[in-house]
Amino acid sequence: MSFLDYAPAPESRAILSLRPSYGLFVDGEFVDGNGPAFTTISPATEEGLTEIATADDADVDRAVAAARKAYDRVWSKLSGSDRGKYLFRIARLVQERARELAVAETLNNGKPIKESRDVDIPLVAAWFFYYAGWADKLDHAGLGPDPRPLGVAGQIIPWNFPLLMLAWKIAPALASGNTVVLKPAETTPLTALLFAEILQQADLPPGVVNIVTGPGATGQALVRHPDVDKIAFTGSTAVGREIARATAGTRKRLTLELGGKAANIVFDDAPIDQAIEGVVNGIFYNQGHVCCAGSRLLVQENVHDDVVERLKQRLTTLRLGDPLDKNTDIGAVNSAEQLERIRELTAAGEEEGATRWSPPCVLPDAGFWFAPTIFTGVQTSSRIAREEIFGPVLSILTFRTPQEAIAKANNTPYGLSAGIWSDKGSRVLAVADELRAGVVWTNTFNRFDPASPFGGYKESGYGREGGKQGLSAYLAPAGGIR
Amino acid sequence: MTVDGSGARVARRAGSAGAGGALELLDGPVTDTTLRRYLEGIPGVDAVGLEQRAAGLATRSLKTSSKAMALDRVIELIDLTTLEGADTPGRVRSLVAKAITPDPSDPTCPRVAAVCVYGDLAAVAVDALGPFHAPRARAAGTSGIAVAAVATAFPSGRASLAVKLADVADAVAAGADEIDMVIDRGAFLSGRYEQVFEEIRAVKEACRRPDGEDAHLKVILEVGELVTYDNARRASWLAVLAGADFIKTSTGKVASNATLPMTLLMLEVVRDWHRLTGEQVGVKPAGGIRTSKDAIRNLVTVAETAGEEWLRPSLFRIGASSLLNDVLLQRQKARTGHYSGADYVTID
Amino acid sequence: MTRLAVPKTYKLYIGGKFPRSESGRTYEITGAGGDFLANAAQASRKDARDAVVAARSALKGWSAATAYNRGQVLYRIAELLEGRRAQFVDELVRSEGLTERRAAAVIDTAIDRWVWFAGWADKFAQVLGNGNPVAGPYFNLSVPEPTGVVAVIAPQAGEGHSLTGFVSAVAPALVSGNTVVVVASRSAPLSAISLSEVLATSDVPPGVVNVLTGSPAEIAPWLASHADVNAIDLVGAGALDWVQLQIDAAETLKRVLQPEDGPGAPAPTLARISAFTETKTVWHTKGLL
Repeated sequence: MSFLDYAPAPESRAILSLRPSYGLFVDGEFVDGNGPAFTTISPATEEGLTEIATADDADVDRAVAAARKAYDRVWSKLSGSDRGKYLFRIARLVQERARELAVAETLNNGKPIKESRDVDIPLVAAWFFYYAGWADKLDHAGLGPDPRPLGVAGQIIPWNFPLLMLAWKIAPALASGNTVVLKPAETTPLTALLFAEILQQADLPPGVVNIVTGPGATGQALVRHPDVDKIAFTGSTAVGREIARATAGTRKRLTLELGGKAANIVFDDAPIDQAIEGVVNGIFYNQGHVCCAGSRLLVQENVHDDVVERLKQRLTTLRLGDPLDKNTDIGAVNSAEQLERIRELTAAGEEEGATRWSPPCVLPDAGFWFAPTIFTGVQTSSRIAREEIFGPVLSILTFRTPQEAIAKANNTPYGLSAGIWSDKGSRVLAVADELRAGVVWTNTFNRFDPASPFGGYKESGYGREGGKQGLSAYLAPAGGIR
Repeated sequence: MTVDGSGARVARRAGSAGAGGALELLDGPVTDTTLRRYLEGIPGVDAVGLEQRAAGLATRSLKTSSKAMALDRVIELIDLTTLEGADTPGRVRSLVAKAITPDPSDPTCPRVAAVCVYGDLAAVAVDALGPFHAPRARAAGTSGIAVAAVATAFPSGRASLAVKLADVADAVAAGADEIDMVIDRGAFLSGRYEQVFEEIRAVKEACRRPDGEDAHLKVILEVGELVTYDNARRASWLAVLAGADFIKTSTGKVASNATLPMTLLMLEVVRDWHRLTGEQVGVKPAGGIRTSKDAIRNLVTVAETAGEEWLRPSLFRIGASSLLNDVLLQRQKARTGHYSGADYVTID
Repeated sequence: MTRLAVPKTYKLYIGGKFPRSESGRTYEITGAGGDFLANAAQASRKDARDAVVAARSALKGWSAATAYNRGQVLYRIAELLEGRRAQFVDELVRSEGLTERRAAAVIDTAIDRWVWFAGWADKFAQVLGNGNPVAGPYFNLSVPEPTGVVAVIAPQAGEGHSLTGFVSAVAPALVSGNTVVVVASRSAPLSAISLSEVLATSDVPPGVVNVLTGSPAEIAPWLASHADVNAIDLVGAGALDWVQLQIDAAETLKRVLQPEDGPGAPAPTLARISAFTETKTVWHTKGLL
C-alpha cells in the first residue's frame, strides 16, 4: 500500500437532515411554488437530494410584494443598529451551523468539503459580520449624510459559491436597509433554503428576505418585475448583458459581476514554489468554477519549461474524487451542462493545435467529472485563451517583457482579476497599475475578504461587492441618485 | 517498502560528490563570491505563500489504515534524542532500551531509526545497543538502530575548526554512525559562505572511517537563528553543495525549531537538487515535533513534496524525544479501540 | 465706415485638430431669434469613429499623468477661459439669447467648475479609495481608476447648457484620467467649439477631449454601440430614444448615466467623477521572514 493512498476520510453527512421537499421562502414562511417541483442532485453521484419548488411569475410577484411590504412597514423604519443586530445574529447562526452548511454545500455543488468548510462558510459568516457593523454607520459610507436605501433588491446568484454569493448579496443589501428577493442558481438551491431556516431562527421580520427557487425564467421574472428597485446579478456575461438590456430605461439600479479570463503572470524572478501553488490555486480551486480564476498563465519565456515541469509534478499530487472526503482537492463539475461546455472548449483547444496534458487520474463512473488539464503552446487567438471555460483547464502562454505581459493580460474583453508573481516590488506595483482588472493579486491568488472590494472592468461587469464600495450598490445619496 | 534502518547506508554519494557538483554549478572555484552569486540567484521565498502551502498540507486527514501505517512509519523515522547537560550513561542506556523496545506491550511495534546523543556518550549508546547496533544488525541480515552523535561544539558551534573536527573524530571513533553537525551561523549571517562550505567539507572528511563505513553527515542549519526563509533556503543549498547527506532544521536549543513551513522549504530544496543532479539528500526536522499529528503532517509534507520514496530512514528523520510516547498512545488506541494513558507507556 | 467682420468657421475638434466633417456636411446655426449665426460641421458616424480612435490613443498618456499634473492642466483651462470671457459672453448672447449679465454669470460658473474639478484631480482617489483591513497577512489597497473612453451626449437645453452644462459633463470624466468624445448642443454648439479652441491652446493633450457637432440623434447610436467606448453619459439625451441607446450600450456592458433634465444639469458632484471610475483592489503578501 502506498502512503499516498490515503484511506477514505469522509465528512459525516449525519449532521445534515434534509426535508423531503422545500418550498419557496416568502414572507417568512416556506410556501408551495406554482411551478413544477424538481429534484436537486449531488453532481458527484447524481443522487437526488430533495425536492425543490419552482417559482413562476405569480410566485415572484408574491415575493416582491412581501419584500415591498416588509420594506415599507418594518425594515425601512428600523434603526440601523437594530438592522445590524439582526445581521450579527445571522452571522453567529451561520457559525453555529457551519459544518451542516458546509456538508450541504459540498453535496449540492460538488466542491471539496475542505473548501466549503475552510473557505466558503467562514467567509459567509465574515460577510454578515462585516456588514452588520456598517448598518448604523452608513453616514460614513461615502455617499454623504443620511444615504437612503433603494427599496426592494432582486438578487440573482450563481452556482459556483452558492451560499457565499448569497452572503455577498444579502449582507450589504440588508445593512443598507433594503429588503430582498433572492433567486439561487437552479442547480444549487440547497444552502439558500437552509439559510432561510436560519433567518427564521434569527427571527428576522417576515418578508425582509424572500428566496425564490427555479430556473432562469424565475430570474427573468424578477428582473422584469416593475416593483423591484435594484438588480444585483452574478453570473455569465451573456446573461448579464441580457439583464442590462432588460433594465435599460428603467429606474432599476444595476450591478453586475460577470465572467473573466484572468491572466496569472509569472516573472522569472518569482518565488517559484509559491508561484506554482498560486497557479494551481488560481485555476483548480473550486474545479475552476471561479469567475476570477487565473485561467491564462502568462509565463516569462525563459522560465516556461521549468514552470511547466514543476506544475505537472504538482498536479500529480492533486486528489480528485468524493467531494465529502477531507482530502479531496478537486471535486465534481457542477452540472452535466457545464461538463459539456468544458469538454467542447478543451476539444477546440486541441483542434487549434495546443498540447493537452492531465495527470494520471481516475474519474468516478457516476457524476460529472473533469480531470485537471493544462494546455501548452496556446496562442492568444485560441478559443481557450479567449473564452471563459469555467472549469479546471489552464491555458499557458508566454511573454518576454513586462510590456508584452501587460498587453497580453489586457487583451480580452473581460477585466475581473489578475495575478502577478515577482520578487521585485517596484515592477509588481507598476504592472498592477497597468492591468485593466478590478482585483490584482500579487504573489497570491483567489483571496477574498468582506473588507476588500471585488468586481470587474469592461465586460466583467460593474459595481463592487465587499468593502465600503459594496454599500454604494444599495444606497443613494440623501438628495437622490446623483 | 523495506525499511532501511541503517544510518550507515544513508546516502551513497562519495564525500566529494557534492563538492564536485558544487564546482560545476558555481562555474568556478568555491569562494564567497561564487557562492554568493549562486545562492543569491536562487528564487526568493514568499513567506505567506510558503506558510499557506504548509497549512494546506496540514489539513490532510489520515484515517484508519492510513493512520496506522503513518504511525508505524513515524516510529521508524525517529531519531530518539537526549541532549541534556545532565545526560549520564544510565540515561543513555534507558533511552537505548526504549529505542529497542518502544512498547513492551506490543511486539509488533517497530523500532526507531537511531538514538541521538552527545559525542561523549556515543560509545555508551553503541555498547547498550549491542546486537541491535546498525552495523552488527546489518551483518546479521536485519536492520538495526544507528547511533547519531551531535558534534562540532553543538549547539552553538562556537569553537575553532580544530576543536570541532576533534569533536567529530572522537564521536566517529566512539562508533557514531551519524554525525549531526551545526553550521557556523555567525559566518553564514555575515556572508562568509566559503567558510561555512569548507567547514562542512572538513567535517565530512572527519566522518571517514578506515573501514569505509563512513559516518553520515547531517548538517544542522539552526533555522531559528537564520530567521528568514530566504536564509534557510540558501543555507540548505549551501549545505547540499558542500556534501551534506542530510539537512536538519534545528538543534532544539533555540526558541524556534522545526516548523512545518521550514521543513517544507528544505524538502523543496532536496527535491530540486534531485531534479538537478539525480542525487538524494535527506531532511531532518528536529525540535518541537511532539505529537503524532505534527509528525504525520511532516510525513504528508514529505510524500507530497519530495515524493513517497523520501519516507525512509535514509532520507527522512524526525529528531524527537517525547514524540515517541504520543505515537505509542495512538497505536494503543488503534489496537484496543479505547484511549490509553500515560502510565501505559514507558518513560525513557 | 464700419469694418466688414470676418466670420469664424466652426469645425469639429478631433485628436487636437479642427477638421471639417469627413462627410462634408454642415448645418445652419441660428440665434435665439432665428437669425443666421454660422454654419457648423455636421459630424458623421465616421467622424465619431475617428474621435473614438483619438480618445483611445490619448488615454494612456492622460490616465498615466500624475494627478497633480492633471489638476494643473484642468486649472489652466480656467485661466485661459478667464481671459476670453468676452468671446464666450458674446456667443452665449447670440446663440442662447441670454442677456449679457446672465451670459456673464454662465461663463463665471463654467470657469469656477473647471477650478472645482481641477482641485479634485489629486483628491478623489483619497476620498473614494481606501486601504482594506483584510483578515490575513496582506497589504490591500483599493483605488479608483479611469474607466477609459467616455462618450458624452452634452446637455441640449436650459440656460447656459451649451457651456456650463457641457463643462459639467466633460470635466468630471477628465478628472480621473478618462478621455472623452462629446456630442455638443445641437442648437448652440458655438461655445463648445470655442472651448475646444481654448483646449487646443491649453495643456490638454490632443485627443483627451474630442468635440462633435451635429445631430445627437444621428451620432449617439454609433457611440452607444461602439465596442471601444467604455462608458456613455446620456445626460443630454433625454429627447432622444435614450432607452435604445442604453440597450445598445449593454452589448459591451458600458457604464451608463441616464438623462438628466432641469436647469443646471448636471450638477457638479463627486458622484459624477466616481461614475466613470473603476475600483481596482491590489493585494500583496506581507511577510517578514
